[in-house]
Amino acid sequence: MKKATAQAVKKNKIQILENWMKFQLTDEGLRDDLMNNEELHAQSVLLLDALIRAMETGETLHASSREFDPIRDVLGEISVMRARRGYSPRETASFVLSLKQSLFDAIEKEYKKEPESLYKEIIAVNNILDALSIFTFEAFLKGREEIILRQTDEINEISTPVIRVWEGILALPIIGTLDSARTQIVMENLLQEIVATNSSIAILDISGVPAVDSLVAQHLIKTVSATRLMGAECIISGIRAEIAQTIVHLGIDLSNIKTKASLASALRVAFDMMNVEVKKVDRRSNILLK
Amino acid sequence: MIVISKDSMGIIREQDVVPFRSRVKEYATKIGMSLVNQTKLITAASELVRNMLKYANGGIVTLEIISKNGISGVRLTFEDKGPGIKDIQLAMKDGFSTGRSLGLGLPGTKRLVNEFDIKSVPGEGTTVTITHWKNGR
Ligand SMILES: Nc1ncnc2c1ncn2[C@@H]1O[C@H](COP(=O)(O)OP(=O)(O)OP(=O)(O)O)[C@@H](O)[C@H]1O
Ligand SMILES: [Mg+2]
Repeated sequence: MKKATAQAVKKNKIQILENWMKFQLTDEGLRDDLMNNEELHAQSVLLLDALIRAMETGETLHASSREFDPIRDVLGEISVMRARRGYSPRETASFVLSLKQSLFDAIEKEYKKEPESLYKEIIAVNNILDALSIFTFEAFLKGREEIILRQTDEINEISTPVIRVWEGILALPIIGTLDSARTQIVMENLLQEIVATNSSIAILDISGVPAVDSLVAQHLIKTVSATRLMGAECIISGIRAEIAQTIVHLGIDLSNIKTKASLASALRVAFDMMNVEVKKVDRRSNILLK
Repeated sequence: MIVISKDSMGIIREQDVVPFRSRVKEYATKIGMSLVNQTKLITAASELVRNMLKYANGGIVTLEIISKNGISGVRLTFEDKGPGIKDIQLAMKDGFSTGRSLGLGLPGTKRLVNEFDIKSVPGEGTTVTITHWKNGR
């Protein structure tokens, strides 16, 4: 790319920005619901400035060259931010592509009398912008992936609550697949709560676990052992009929573990173990006695 | 025996296990398999993909709905290009594990499904095929 091209862009920066903004604000796909115009303006200035700086640095510019690192930083941030706000990948990539026309206009003015140079310079700038828009696309996807990962963590956190059902009795309803990461969270939460509440019985309810394979079984066994090491007893409840059959066929031995079909029957066992008696009281006869 | 529908799925990460299991469930539900048999098939499938991930760094599963003598079933083929199994007889024994695990995956799977076939060439890979019929017989 020629030095003159960078200079032409720099010289006409205000005009370019104005045209670009006009283009963006009148575009049908403008998402003024996701970002206000001042912010869009600020982002546009940021990108254009970074582009001019990169263009000024060298003659043999390529979008993967080191001079473009700052632009990639700027674009990376803008893309991730747009991913978070709910922009589509297309809308994010067109942010970069929409700059083309205003840039070309400025370059055209500069090379009015040299069609050959004009052609070459336009191609060069075009290639850079194309590469940057692909980069934007990738950064956007990465941003989305990060969001998904974070959400997975959050779901794991909120979907493994430890409930204090009675003094000394904790219940943990587990919903979904019990993979290694999840088991870790369940175990940590449980052990922490056992200490914090000074509980002696924990009920692990697996009614919401779709399948118990040998890995899940192993995780359950580990959790039970860890609970025992803390001096508490662990009951597994919510073993549905089809799960019970599968466990037997698989050959998993749960005979060392207290298991119950429902949370209610596990609670009854827990009450027994703590010498708590729950019984019906006839209120009316009480009133009559008074 | 005829193949009614066929599809395949690559398994390369632990995150692929849950979508794969839903797919198996979808197939089992489609042919009207009972809940108990569905659970058996899904659990077996789960064991085999986990082995594929743990010992062979993943592989490909082919899912098929097949029909024989008017009875439909689900056939799953797990194919990997891992290290293979040297002694299949030993690997099929309850409690045998090179992964310090329960060693129940392969023998348990065989007990869970109607048909079970394993082929392995050390250094080339392992292929396990299981079939479970609609009525579980
Ligand atoms: N796809 C495979 N490729 C290579 N080796 C395998 C494969 N599947 C199983 N094996 C070998 O066979 C052994 C037995 O497998 P199996 O699934 O029965 O038990 P496991 O995976 O060790 O334990 P579990 O499944 O109970 O957690 C494994 O330890 C491993 O050495
Ligand atoms: Mg296994």
